[in-house]
Amino acid sequence: MPSLPDMATPNVTELAAGRRGASRDMLAEVPDLKPAFFEWLCRMGDTTLILGHRLSEWCGHGPALEEDIAIANTALDLIGHTQMWLNLAGEVEGQGRSADDLAYLRDAMHFRNALLVELPNGDIGRTLMRQFLFDAWHHEMLGRLEGSAVTEVAEIAAKAKKEVAYHLDRSSDLVVRLGDGTEESHARMQDALDILWPYTGEFCTGDAVDAAVAKAGIAPRPEDLRAPWLAFVGEVLEEATLDMPQNGHAQKGGRQGRHTEHLGYLLAEMQFLQRAYPGAEW
Amino acid sequence: MVTETLPDTATVRAWLDEVPDPEIPVISVTDLGIVRDVGWQGDTLVVGVTPTYSGCPAVAVIEFEIEAHLRARGIEEVRIERRLSPPWTTDWLTDAGREKLRAYGIAPPVDGTAQDVSTLRAARMAGGTNLVVECPRCGSGATEKLSQHGSTPCKAAYRCHECLEPFDYFKCI
Repeated sequence: MPSLPDMATPNVTELAAGRRGASRDMLAEVPDLKPAFFEWLCRMGDTTLILGHRLSEWCGHGPALEEDIAIANTALDLIGHTQMWLNLAGEVEGQGRSADDLAYLRDAMHFRNALLVELPNGDIGRTLMRQFLFDAWHHEMLGRLEGSAVTEVAEIAAKAKKEVAYHLDRSSDLVVRLGDGTEESHARMQDALDILWPYTGEFCTGDAVDAAVAKAGIAPRPEDLRAPWLAFVGEVLEEATLDMPQNGHAQKGGRQGRHTEHLGYLLAEMQFLQRAYPGAEW
Repeated sequence: MVTETLPDTATVRAWLDEVPDPEIPVISVTDLGIVRDVGWQGDTLVVGVTPTYSGCPAVAVIEFEIEAHLRARGIEEVRIERRLSPPWTTDWLTDAGREKLRAYGIAPPVDGTAQDVSTLRAARMAGGTNLVVECPRCGSGATEKLSQHGSTPCKAAYRCHECLEPFDYFKCI
């Protein structure tokens, strides 16, 4: 468990009160913040990394050429976001680890991605439903992060949000088309929604790490994203003639390093090269 | 001791006009609007470059090519700095760059149409989009979007109803 920052330090409040600064300045003033900030950056970067990898599994297998390309493009954007988040994580940690080191040289228990993104793709309907549920959260989150007290976080968010607007537009469009499509596509989308729904609660459930970065003005409290996320998702699901599950149970643990069995298999493939040939580059 | 005069930044910028985008070689990095600033820090030339898309594989190649080109021009110390903020927008494409794109068969971005989620959605619910993208071949405005995602992250796939040719649209961001 990382040690938490001293909440009584006046500088934290000052930084959170609208003064924006570089991460090194923030950490110089509030050194205790480092473990939580690093952990939080890994949560962002690992989540985009694992989803990016899952999406890349569709490359060459998409149901239509345009969709195949769209999924690969989305995966590429997410890997790009990963580079920015994990680079910053490495800088904040200060141990000389690069984004690649963090991506390829950690085992499952050190990953901090939400569980939703490590779930197997299933059929294209389930992949799109997962993407939609994630995109709606991602877009809202990045919007809030544009106002982060840490300059680098705000800059990454502003850059990523422009791309994620396209992701969300596409995934909402397809959820509506397939939900309000044929009997078969409707049934599959409802099925996907029911299966994935319990994994969405984790995105809006905070812990001590989230509280620490929220207190410092780096990121919003996860709970604050729940209402706008639900409102957007509810509107699209209604248009898609799909029933929002009433089950409030949330599967949690990924953001703390407790994963499903699926992550290990994913990492075995993603990290194969670095494990077989340590330090390989091209 | 030989005192060399360092080239001024206008000269350097003119040299950068010669560096092509690796994926769309008809336009240069300056046409693309990604060279944010050029300046000397002592004997080191610092070039600020803004990435287009976060995951664009061309970004690393572009940085490498800028450096290689400037070294070939005799500049010994070059440092490329990535400037994330403000984020790149297609509004920064130069007018000359837009015409080169069109001549190459890619419809240039229609300015100021980088859309947020609600306007994208509103347009879709109203039955498509009111954005008119002219066919780069025949100039017709009777075109149709096939997919928001084209052969690279920066392009969308379109089709012309007039000349029936498919084409790429450099979509706004």
